[in-house]
Amino acid sequence: MNRQAQAAVLFLLGSALLHAGLTDLYLRYVKAGLRPMLLAAGVVLVAAAAATVWYEWRARRQEPGHEAHVHPEPRVSWLLVLPLLALILVAPPALGSYSALRTGTALQQPYGYAALPADGPLRLNLVDYAGRAAYDHGRSLRGRQIKVTGFVALDGKGKPYLVRMALNCCAADAQPVKVGLTGRIPPVLRPDTWLEVTGTYTARRAKDPVNGGPIPFIEVSGAAPVPAPKDPYDETWNN
Amino acid sequence: MAITKAAPPESGAETNAAKTTPPEHGSGRRLNSQLVLTLVLVLMVLGQGPIRGALAAPVMQSWMTVFVAVMVQALPFLVLGVLLSAAIAVFVPASFFARALPRKPALAVPVAGVAGVVLPGCECASVPVAGALVRRGVTPAAALAFLLSAPAINPIVLTATAVAFPGDPEMVLARLVASLLVACAMGWLWLRLGRAEWLRPPAREAYDGQGRGAAFWGSVRHDVMHAGGFLVVGAMAAATLKAVVPEEWLRLAADHPVVSVLALAVLAVLLSICSEADAFVAASLTQFSLTARLTFLVVGPMIDLKLFAMQAGTFGRGFALRFAPVTFVLAIAVSVLTGAVLL
Repeated sequence: MNRQAQAAVLFLLGSALLHAGLTDLYLRYVKAGLRPMLLAAGVVLVAAAAATVWYEWRARRQEPGHEAHVHPEPRVSWLLVLPLLALILVAPPALGSYSALRTGTALQQPYGYAALPADGPLRLNLVDYAGRAAYDHGRSLRGRQIKVTGFVALDGKGKPYLVRMALNCCAADAQPVKVGLTGRIPPVLRPDTWLEVTGTYTARRAKDPVNGGPIPFIEVSGAAPVPAPKDPYDETWNN
Repeated sequence: MAITKAAPPESGAETNAAKTTPPEHGSGRRLNSQLVLTLVLVLMVLGQGPIRGALAAPVMQSWMTVFVAVMVQALPFLVLGVLLSAAIAVFVPASFFARALPRKPALAVPVAGVAGVVLPGCECASVPVAGALVRRGVTPAAALAFLLSAPAINPIVLTATAVAFPGDPEMVLARLVASLLVACAMGWLWLRLGRAEWLRPPAREAYDGQGRGAAFWGSVRHDVMHAGGFLVVGAMAAATLKAVVPEEWLRLAADHPVVSVLALAVLAVLLSICSEADAFVAASLTQFSLTARLTFLVVGPMIDLKLFAMQAGTFGRGFALRFAPVTFVLAIAVSVLTGAVLL
């Protein structure tokens, strides 16, 4: 790959990072906190491309035919075109039910339980609900109407789960937190659609077949499709 | 690289990549790399529909997502490491390291290992920096100790470990101690057994005689293109394993104490998770013993698929093939010992 092509790849790579960082695209792949670093890296790559073109142009003007003693970069550099195409053309979606069912639930005992508003329907983060249901015996949840949001996953036997993927750094370390659905489950469920489920706490539990982790349930009374959240991953564990 | 025959116009990107030396620059029939790049991009844009269709299967989507995620997450750290490496190469005189590090290589190793504390970030940043240190005349043993320790013992990673293991604060200490021990042991081992000819960094032009700006940006460009290419190889391998290998296999391993340590060590290599996040993954592997999870945390930042690819690119394949297995075995041994004492 010669200098001009390298400059082009650097420029495209930098602008792809800038594009992902300036839109919400990057949230499909990495945690929100990485945004400043993404933008900075994008700027540096674009600057490196500009510098390459500038110094190449200057060297050529001073010394025509100077390219002859330049070391070409190895062929492996061409592979950098792949993430570029994947990010610009395909922009794969955030991890969904396929990964969720292949990975064990990452639910862990919460450090503590924040006080909940005293009345009205409770709108809870799915991870928060699962933690309270599995480790606090649903103490703060009994007798309340609860709303949780997540995407649908159906296991091999067609049993439905509501899932949020929790993420610490990037999608490679994303792990699901699963809540089983029971009660008045909607008759038609499509995997990966986002639902806001209204229901009540139930003491029913299951063991995740993948890692034996706890899967609490929710007694569904209603469900409505909702748009996917801006950040598809749950990042509460990052703080 | 010594292909001199003109390429037929229809030959693919692979063969043309090598033909960048331009003695036959003027010959109109030859494809140069800009043209290949443009052709590839245009073809991909035209073929968007079919390509998307082929990638619609869940396993392919999941593969692509993990692949893109590893790249997007690693690139900023790679850029940070590349900038530092360029700064070392251009702005820090070689005499600085001669003064900063003890004269005796055996003493320089632990000093460099502890110096890993100052590089905030994950393992992608440490490879180009260690490469720059070697080129700047730092004894390779010390640079290698730095390479191994920096991703594991910097404050960000240790804090993340503390957050991920709220019930077991001794995990942080165990990780620090075990990682430092392995880093120093590898440095000393290199002093005794290492041979200079194993380290064969790929040819790069000398920056002397250029302006500082040209040298700095030349180094940035070279390192991004080079280490970046190898990073892609590692990201593809990690995505393949994440998307294809079922996690149920782990359950079978968890019950046996020896197998569980080996299983998590292998998992750390295969998953290639950023060292800032691996503690959270380790924390969720609740069916495994603390010692097995410590092994996961010590092995991961030192050797994984992504790192192996990048080390091979920076220091040469002969080096990586010898260095990686020894690091792997030593990291497991030290983790088990540390686990027995501290956990």
